[in-house]
Amino acid sequence: MKSVFVLAAEEAPHGAVELASGGVLAQWAGLMLVLPFAAFLLIIWRGKHMKYKGAEFAIGAMAVNLVMATALFISNMVEGIFHEEHFEIAKIGLWEGKNLIFELGWVVDGLSIMMYFVVSFVGLLVFLYAVGYMHGDVRVTWFFASLCLFAGSMLVLVGSANLVQLIIGWEGVGVASYLLIGHYWEQKENSSAAIKAFLVNKVADVGLVLGAIYVGLSLGDFRFSTLERAAVEGDAVLAGVAAAAGLLLFFGAMGKSAQFPLHIWLPDAMAGPTPVSALMHAATMVTAGIYLMARTFPLYQNLAGDIEILGSLDVRGLMVIVGAITLFGMGLLALVADDIKKVLAYSTVSQLGYMMTAVAAGGYTAGLFHLFTHAFFKALLFLGAGSVIHAVHSNNMSDMGGLRKDMPTTFWTFSIGSLALAGIIPLAGFWSKDEILATLDYEGYQAVMWIAVAGAFVTAFYMTRAVALTFFGTYKGHGQPHESPSIMTTPLIALAVPSVIVGFFNVPGVKLGGLGNFTEWVGARSVPMGDHHAEAIDWRLAAFGLAAGLGGIIVGWLIFGRDAETQAARDKVEVPVLYPLLRQKYYMDHAALGVTGFIKGPTARAVNWINTYVIDGVVNGVGAVVKALGGLVYNGLDQRGVDGIFNGIAAGSDSAGRALSRLQTGRVQNYATGFVVGALVLVLIVVVAA
Amino acid sequence: MMVNQFLLIAALLFSLGVYGLLVRRNVVMVLLAVELMLNAVNINLVAFEAALRSSMAVGQIFSLFVITVAAAEVGIGLAIVLLIFRNRQSANVDDFDLMKY
Repeated sequence: MKSVFVLAAEEAPHGAVELASGGVLAQWAGLMLVLPFAAFLLIIWRGKHMKYKGAEFAIGAMAVNLVMATALFISNMVEGIFHEEHFEIAKIGLWEGKNLIFELGWVVDGLSIMMYFVVSFVGLLVFLYAVGYMHGDVRVTWFFASLCLFAGSMLVLVGSANLVQLIIGWEGVGVASYLLIGHYWEQKENSSAAIKAFLVNKVADVGLVLGAIYVGLSLGDFRFSTLERAAVEGDAVLAGVAAAAGLLLFFGAMGKSAQFPLHIWLPDAMAGPTPVSALMHAATMVTAGIYLMARTFPLYQNLAGDIEILGSLDVRGLMVIVGAITLFGMGLLALVADDIKKVLAYSTVSQLGYMMTAVAAGGYTAGLFHLFTHAFFKALLFLGAGSVIHAVHSNNMSDMGGLRKDMPTTFWTFSIGSLALAGIIPLAGFWSKDEILATLDYEGYQAVMWIAVAGAFVTAFYMTRAVALTFFGTYKGHGQPHESPSIMTTPLIALAVPSVIVGFFNVPGVKLGGLGNFTEWVGARSVPMGDHHAEAIDWRLAAFGLAAGLGGIIVGWLIFGRDAETQAARDKVEVPVLYPLLRQKYYMDHAALGVTGFIKGPTARAVNWINTYVIDGVVNGVGAVVKALGGLVYNGLDQRGVDGIFNGIAAGSDSAGRALSRLQTGRVQNYATGFVVGALVLVLIVVVAA
Repeated sequence: MMVNQFLLIAALLFSLGVYGLLVRRNVVMVLLAVELMLNAVNINLVAFEAALRSSMAVGQIFSLFVITVAAAEVGIGLAIVLLIFRNRQSANVDDFDLMKY
């Protein structure tokens, strides 16, 4: 254990109690990051031979995690916790005299505890649900192994105490997402969706990696605690790079959290099994971008009104606008989708837009609170949709209808989730959406606030449509649908409960006895976040939000509820220009294909032409000259000159040998003759000399 | 004492040996010719010893050695001839061309 670093913040945020160390629980919190990976290895090793194909390991690991996360969550309620552990893995190198160190570790503070809890809670329920949903499906063992890989990576991401480890987790969830979206890879469109998700995220990841490097090199340290302290103390170096680094990190968050225009992967990601959509593409993974924004929130706090780009638009204004486009424009798309999972997917994109808008506008708590409530009711909605799909064997709402009698548990829980999402008092979504409206109002983004109110109307509208088309009217599919087994309905009920009650965690100005409220829980950070909190609920804004939600439900019911049995009901409301625009998803896919098509088509052809005729020409020319020179040297010098000498010597020796070997007759008397002649010659020489 | 007549005899004898060595085809005859050459040398040795009156009698001792060596040489030579004859059924020296190139 090297360089263990424990810090109790000197100044407690928001006048809350001083931060505690979290004790032995926080010191062992790293176990949560490791357990899913252990489960992954166990599933790979033994999963196929187990009764539930390895799901036992996944559920066991998640259950232990949930116990630890709950214990931490409750401890954090009682007393704010801050604790970090760093283990030095390697020295990366020197940068301007500062040693860059690669560390792994974990941070236990209000933000990460909240995320540990959400990931473990939703994760465990989804794992249980998946046992029923995936029963008898292909590659169940691998499915659970991938889920464990995801859960582990997600916990590594949210538990990370530095940017480098965060990127590791970030890429880990990306890989798991790729594997799970493409779970049914036999169909081309599923594997294409997986590749699309991976590639779009990769584009955004460039921003994250560059941002992380930029921040890390500027501070000489990748730790979040260093970043937070530097931001709060107004560090000059950080202030200098904050705008660019903030934009880069935001770009990374845009990919993972499906912000316009990088949202295009998320609806297609619905190709994966429904539990995957519930866990990754609704509750946890897609919130990683929001989490990143919240984790680096002090960096953006410093930016307020400081640096301006595009005239009077500052960085945070840009982020708010991206979020606003996402929350409204993507919500509209949910109105025309026939695939129930696509409805929920666009809804998720829209809700992520709410979160991003809130965090960008300075509502740290508001964004995170919506993340928290959304995780429960959106996971609930996805699991409910999965239950329906399981029963009718189709994703399309045109094959559903009238299911409320056949599937009562699914219907009631799905309705609760829908009402929570629509922001109906007193369900969870009302309180979190109201807090976002209040934040936008307080921070001076009035126009965006009205967009958010309009978005609430759209949200209620499309959820009413989904409920009406799925559960009311007459059944239009094949066979007789049945309620799902209890292993699938139990998680629905377990998620419906928090969808109702968690909203009360953060009623403005209200504290739950000695436990405080959500604001205090996620405010337990190494530095105060300094976002604004209303002392009491603003009933004027709440009324707007509520009216929008109720209005959406009423309008939706008037259009789709009364005669939901007929397909014509939907066509009736097709507005001439808007409907085709929405059906084609604003032509965003076309635009993306246009960009990639331009790269693949004319650009690639031009590059190819340059490559073929210019670069290849030069290369070939040089090659030809060298080849000719080589031929000259080879034939003239080497073959004829050098080799000629040696070949000549060899040939000469050979022919001489052949000629002389004739003398070797093998006859003794020939030799004797030569001997005698030789002797006579010698005698002659001696005589003559004498 | 005159030695010329002895030397003349020896030279004659040596030439006969050389002639026999080179022209006879029967291998036994070739060996006999070799013996003639050796004995011509012996005559020379003895003649010069007598003419020079060496007190050590070197010429006679040397010729005794030559006779011994010649005996050994004939022993080996005849053994080789015998073996070749067994293999080739011939005593003609022209058939003995095993060492040809």
